[in-house]
Amino acid sequence: MIRLENIVKYFHKGSVNEVFALNTINLQIDEGDFITVIGSNGAGKSTLLNCIAGGFFPDSGRITIAGVDVTGWPEYKRASLISRVFQDPLLGTCPSATLEQNMALAGLRGKRRGLGRGVKHRDRQHFREELTKLGLGLENRLLDKVGLLSGGQRQALTMLMATMIKPEVLLLDEHIAALDPKTANQILHLTQEIVKNQKLTTLMITHNMKHAISFGNRLIMLHQGRILLDLRGEEKENLTVKDLLQQFYRAQGEELAMDSLLLN
Amino acid sequence: MTLYAALGAVEQGFVYGIMVIGVYLTFRILDFPDLTVDGSLPLGAAISAVAITSGVNPYLSLLFALAGGFLAGMVTAFLNTKFKILHLLASILTMIALYSINIRIMSGPNVALLGQDTVFDLVTKAGVPSQYAGLIIFGAFALLVLTFIIWFLSTELGQAILATGDNPQMIRSLGVNTNTIIVLGVGLSNGLVALSGALVAQNQGAADVGMGIGTIVAGLASVIIGETVFGCKTMPRAFIAALLGSIVYRLAIALALGLEFGAFRFNPSDLNLITALLVIGALITPNLKKRLIQR
Repeated sequence: MIRLENIVKYFHKGSVNEVFALNTINLQIDEGDFITVIGSNGAGKSTLLNCIAGGFFPDSGRITIAGVDVTGWPEYKRASLISRVFQDPLLGTCPSATLEQNMALAGLRGKRRGLGRGVKHRDRQHFREELTKLGLGLENRLLDKVGLLSGGQRQALTMLMATMIKPEVLLLDEHIAALDPKTANQILHLTQEIVKNQKLTTLMITHNMKHAISFGNRLIMLHQGRILLDLRGEEKENLTVKDLLQQFYRAQGEELAMDSLLLN
Repeated sequence: MTLYAALGAVEQGFVYGIMVIGVYLTFRILDFPDLTVDGSLPLGAAISAVAITSGVNPYLSLLFALAGGFLAGMVTAFLNTKFKILHLLASILTMIALYSINIRIMSGPNVALLGQDTVFDLVTKAGVPSQYAGLIIFGAFALLVLTFIIWFLSTELGQAILATGDNPQMIRSLGVNTNTIIVLGVGLSNGLVALSGALVAQNQGAADVGMGIGTIVAGLASVIIGETVFGCKTMPRAFIAALLGSIVYRLAIALALGLEFGAFRFNPSDLNLITALLVIGALITPNLKKRLIQR
């Protein structure tokens, strides 16, 4: 279980560029929740994920994961609890290392790295089996450098690597946004499969309303650093894209109305 | 070039090859251009020479030198990772500080090792002619260091070092403190450079505060020549290429110094110019090759 309490985050505080990125976020993520996160650009989605992952610290508030207060933990320390997949497929893997070396690196997520062999013989069979599940033929390319793979292949590998050791929470930051539609669909279904099989607690940012509705058991809409909507269960299942868009525009509508008043 | 000069060049190639392996680790693996080496090479020489003259075993003095170099590298890495000073600037600061420190260590600009025991005694006592002693000892040390670094970078920890240079964001999110890794890597690199300096001093019979000038240039030249001539597809191959590059570099210098055009000859002071031309040559060859093939 992950609990965010009164998380506040400013960027460039005190300057003319001040951005109120997260405005007193309170969120409890239960074990096994698969939450889709939507919101317009600048709503605070990525900031929220980064705060959980430790990319930066909140200005105030508290983050606990599985009962442990991790608010002051740096990113590398939280890695034992958190897995992340980034939007940029290049960020999740080492281009000049081979597939097996990359997987071996991920196999030690959050663990001590000693003087044992980096890639162990007994792991290779396991890597091959895991890669076979992807159905991309990567199981025969263990010794190829990852830099030779396409963006889609790299993202598929990243998904695999992120879940080799079960994380307390899996953070997906628009992880299919940089891929072509067909590949994006493949990765999305791979994601769903992995999340379901391992019963992972997951946060997935998406700009696709359809995906936001059809995936996961819970939906959060962020707007100007606040959680505007938090739907789950039946409420979420009965949701249509139209409803969601209406909610989305209603959130911004107040401003629109104000603007139109001013203009009149 | 005489055989004697060629042997000398290979010998130099081996001993400075240890330094080149260190430079490759920072420059290529960690992507951390490190000028500390101009200070840590004479640091190693100074520590070893002073230790030997105070009666320490010459082999043990090499360990002291290694440790001293490691510390110097750690200082540079700390300045960079903890205090966010640009790596290039951080390394220059350590380098100039080391100039004063080296003179303090030696209580003067140099220390002579005349009549003292050195690591070369081991083979000369065994009856090997003294002109081959350097070749054997330097060759053995270079191969030892080469084997060590290839083994080390193949370990779990070593793989994290490679990943830190390649994709720091990725390896951080896999739970590795990249700052610690940089401190370790730059430390190890300078430890090797200091070891190289210590061996040079024992061979030359003196440590001198000025002997580090141009180390980084020679190191980079060797790295680039090695990559161009021998390739760098895999990690072990890249380090072998770095060592071989060092030998080719020393041979090329020896060759250039032996050239005569009528009354014109190169002076040792032309070394920097020759090095610059060599590096330019090595850098533009792949480009030229590509263009020629396209035509």
